[in-house]
Amino acid sequence: MKNIVFLIIGTFFGIVMFKSEAASWFRIYEMFVFKSFHMYGIIASAIIVGAAIVRLIKYKELKHIGGNKIEIVPKEKGIARYGIGGTLFGLGWALAGACPGPMFTLLGAGFWPIILVIGGALAGTWTYGLVKNKLPH
Amino acid sequence: MYEPWPWYVSGPLIALTMAALLFAGKNFGMSSNLRTVCAALGAGKTCGFFSFDWRSQRWNLYVMAGAVLGGFIAMNLLYQNPVPDIDPDVVAKLNTIGFKSAGSTYQPSELFGNSAFTSLKTVMLLITGGFLVCFGARYAGGCTSGHAISGLSNLQLPSLIAVLGFFAGGLIMIHVVFPLLF
Repeated sequence: MKNIVFLIIGTFFGIVMFKSEAASWFRIYEMFVFKSFHMYGIIASAIIVGAAIVRLIKYKELKHIGGNKIEIVPKEKGIARYGIGGTLFGLGWALAGACPGPMFTLLGAGFWPIILVIGGALAGTWTYGLVKNKLPH
Repeated sequence: MYEPWPWYVSGPLIALTMAALLFAGKNFGMSSNLRTVCAALGAGKTCGFFSFDWRSQRWNLYVMAGAVLGGFIAMNLLYQNPVPDIDPDVVAKLNTIGFKSAGSTYQPSELFGNSAFTSLKTVMLLITGGFLVCFGARYAGGCTSGHAISGLSNLQLPSLIAVLGFFAGGLIMIHVVFPLLF
């Protein structure tokens, strides 16, 4: 039963990704040539509303449906992994025009070559696991 | 309903997705699903990074399946003619570097039409793009959902560094690598 809830949340997210055009390669390209406010507006308004929600959750000590207080785990400290990992992510994001959420949304929309991107994504994840201990973090 | 949603509607709805997952007792992070799928495919036999009970992450696979379903619904039921209203200068620029479909399709047909499968260059570009996205996401410990939305909403400095990296990488790709590729 609870899995249905997650399926519904995911479906909602997928519709938002597609209808907002955040899943469009063209919108990502346009963002990186600074020719439109659209993507910046999406990201900024998501963060502003998100930050307000997180403040409220912490201030009111709100609980989730399981009955416990909502805990948001802080990110581990570090610079190298975030800077290098983030830059590699950005290189791929601009090339494929899709980040991990929209990849799946585009699959559902029927843009079949996205299968190649998802295959690459699995290979990239797997490779990271294999070389993790050799990388600076 | 059949028009694209403006940024000031879309952004808050993404925040709502994050909130829904928090209130369901989970976190918003899409790239973790790739790690879960690797683990389910048996990657745990190759290294410790994937030695965990992937079934405990099954909830997120339902979110992922929903993202696929949402794409199907949006494309087939909630759109008449899905063409992003891209800036005319960008369309003109893309046309000159070989993206003739700019301004007339949702995704460039040069990369995401079925003819993509027959071009070795395009196949390699798409695989490389996906590889970099998810190698980078795991290295950085999160992607756009985990760092840009969840992390920055929680005012995390590591997420700010990661997001600056996202943009540095994107700018290098578009302004330095693209002129060599297209």
